[in-house]
Amino acid sequence: MSNQYINEPMLDLFIFESMQLIEQMELLIISNEKSSSYDSDAINEIFRIMHTIKGSSAMMLYNNISTLAHSMEDLFFVLREDKPQNVDYSELSDLVLEGLDFIKVEIAKIRNGDEADGDASALIKSLRVFHATIKGQDLSAKNQNLADGAVSHENHTPEKQQYYIGKVRTETTSLRNTFQATLRFEQDCGMENLRAFGVVNDLGDLVEEYYHMPEDLDHEDSARVISEQGFTLFLKTDRSLEEIHRVLIQTFSLKDLQLTQVENSELFNDLHKERKILLEDSSVKVPTSSGRDHVANDYEEKEIHSAATQQSIISVSVAKLDQLMDLVGEMVIAEAMVTQNPDLKGLELNNFEKAARQLRKITSELQDTVMSVRMVPLAGTFQKMNRTVRDMCKKLNKEVQLLLIGQETEVDKNIIEHISDPLMHLIRNSIDHGIEMPDEREAQRKPRLGTITLEAKNVGGDVLIIIRDDGEGFSKDRILAKAREKGLIQGSEEEVTDKEIYNLVFLPGFSTNENVTEFSGRGVGMDVVVKNIEAVGGAIAADSVPGKGTTITLKIPLTLAIIDGMNIKVGDARYTIPTTAIKESFRPKMTEVIVDPDDNEMMMVRGQCFPILRLHDIYHVQTEVTHFTDGIIIMVEQDNKTLCIFADELIGQQQVVVKALPTYIRNTKKVRGLAGCTLLGDGSISLILDIGGLMIRQSA
Amino acid sequence: MADIVEQESMDQIEDTQKGKFLTFCMGNEFYGIEIKYVTEIIGLQPITEIPEMPEYIKGIINLRGKIIPVMDVRLRFRKPFREYDDRTCIVVIEIKEVSIGLIVDSVSEVMSIPDEEIVAPPSVTKEGNKYIKGIGKVGSDVKLLLDSDKLLNETDLDDITSNI
Repeated sequence: MSNQYINEPMLDLFIFESMQLIEQMELLIISNEKSSSYDSDAINEIFRIMHTIKGSSAMMLYNNISTLAHSMEDLFFVLREDKPQNVDYSELSDLVLEGLDFIKVEIAKIRNGDEADGDASALIKSLRVFHATIKGQDLSAKNQNLADGAVSHENHTPEKQQYYIGKVRTETTSLRNTFQATLRFEQDCGMENLRAFGVVNDLGDLVEEYYHMPEDLDHEDSARVISEQGFTLFLKTDRSLEEIHRVLIQTFSLKDLQLTQVENSELFNDLHKERKILLEDSSVKVPTSSGRDHVANDYEEKEIHSAATQQSIISVSVAKLDQLMDLVGEMVIAEAMVTQNPDLKGLELNNFEKAARQLRKITSELQDTVMSVRMVPLAGTFQKMNRTVRDMCKKLNKEVQLLLIGQETEVDKNIIEHISDPLMHLIRNSIDHGIEMPDEREAQRKPRLGTITLEAKNVGGDVLIIIRDDGEGFSKDRILAKAREKGLIQGSEEEVTDKEIYNLVFLPGFSTNENVTEFSGRGVGMDVVVKNIEAVGGAIAADSVPGKGTTITLKIPLTLAIIDGMNIKVGDARYTIPTTAIKESFRPKMTEVIVDPDDNEMMMVRGQCFPILRLHDIYHVQTEVTHFTDGIIIMVEQDNKTLCIFADELIGQQQVVVKALPTYIRNTKKVRGLAGCTLLGDGSISLILDIGGLMIRQSA
Repeated sequence: MADIVEQESMDQIEDTQKGKFLTFCMGNEFYGIEIKYVTEIIGLQPITEIPEMPEYIKGIINLRGKIIPVMDVRLRFRKPFREYDDRTCIVVIEIKEVSIGLIVDSVSEVMSIPDEEIVAPPSVTKEGNKYIKGIGKVGSDVKLLLDSDKLLNETDLDDITSNI
């Protein structure tokens, strides 16, 4: 159904995500309503959903949705923090569902290419009344505010109010400013004339008189003219240059915008006179019914157009890809079962060997292809952040530039989906809390323009995403104070390292910002970040230098599905080590082994000393191989640390499909050093070692 | 609509399974487990040990590509370990989408025990009756009916780790 019209990719994403979140939330509400009370998980979840919808709709400039979501978020904030007793849950459910319906209607409008012009103020009012009731506040005091009917939020910028004023504004303006604007659209974005029409439409209420070149936007030729020469607008308005710029810069697919104030408006007047007669009947009321017809026609054309060019791309649901991946995984195992079948041992089968080799080649190619289908460059996700940065800067009056490094790094699709939200939150946090106001920066002898660097790079089997800002850094004292208030630190401050303190910010509900703003300050962002990153088996760490800035590092695995592994044997047990971690393996000589007074064994290799970890020891496996000279040492490296693992023997290298340990096992105990398990060719199970975890064990 | 139909068929399945128990034997006692939880009964399989698990979790097995944990019910009830033989079975049960295999001495039969034949367990000790939901009377025999939910979800205090 969403194919009915082809929207902008960002818009599509917004619609898709919001609809998903709303569906999820409805389920939550309905299931909780039955039990006539909301459990804290549900409240947290709803709160998060509203937070996300609020953020994304504000980004897409759907202020009515954003305001409504904000009120709902406020409501659940109270529920979460104050845990009030006197809540009428059925009324709450009614209200929230009504709100969701409103958002759904608005989104449906957006999807069909209409204006999201619904008025949520009545809903917001009732939400606020309810909000006041559960807060137990004096209603009469609140009524004062409600009587105003103002949707007064500290964080709702004047811009929004202007929007409303604009709708009812009377024609009493003095027309003091004349501007000339030249817009250029991205190359090959298509439908330039329609886009230009959209720009004019957007300006509708702000501009008193206007004239544009080319004149006839309905004509197809104008698209070509605009794409070659740009779209030139002459405007007469009482608005400031800034305001007009703000409206124009939000145009989709905008490549370049030149907006200048024309002091001498003679040119405009000349053009104006010429055009006046023609314009008179339609005046500034741009969206006429005939205009709409054209829009509809254009949409059809666009559909045909894109159908022709995008023929070679289809979108497939990730679920299907996952299924394909699983099947290929099973096939890799089945292939190994056939070609390494124990029945074949000792047989001379030349033809079979040939056929088996062919099969192996094809399966591995198939597997690579399936993997590559799932790999997506980070560029799309990274670029989305530009928008966030710009919007934030405008609202907060800060000056920030975003540097993107390593956008071409490819990551599994599943993982991308999980990191886009966290990245947005982290960047918002950086701008809101990290980067100082320009004047403040100058006072500290920093460049006025703050810099946020978003960098991605491959490190072994992982991808590191680094978000670095040159802002004020974390305030250690404030974090510590907050941690004490929440009872997270008991001991003396000396016992906690700086890094540990900084990493406290990832705990749920931990926000040092006193003022709740539209962007951050409720401690919910970091919560989402950690949740999403952990969901893909990643890790997050923060470091900060006061006054210099903050660095947040996300470590995420390249893929979740298949790894190259070396199978090793210890007693009866089989283990798999990711090949990327292995540096070398060798049979040790006793002369190279050193034992220190604490019985820690170490191995001297080429003049360097590395700790030895006996697998049979730490996992209590019965084996006869306990002398170093009988077994084998596998040297592994991760995070610049090296460890020698002692095992009985190597079995061989194989591509293995990573399977998680059963839920029951994970719930019982999280075993340090085990990343999962996999099936070997003979159907037996091998445990996949997590080198990072083993290193922690070793040093502990 | 589809949900309602599905719900109805689910109800029906539950109806036919109601009051039926799979009984198995451990030492001298007979135990019963509600049939609706039982997925299948398999012979003993090679078990891969998982380090650092409580003693009663013997490890994981490969059940046609699906990896499930197995628990020795004897050890779970702190009975002495008994060598596995060809009568030893793994009863695979699934509760709330969590599958687990239970190692029992031998399975005997599926029988119906009507509600009125089930009595609450006497509260002799706290420890012993923890996993027994009721006692079913069949003729002159008694069957101890297991509370599978508790068996899976309640871990002994010393197993509770920091990550919960």
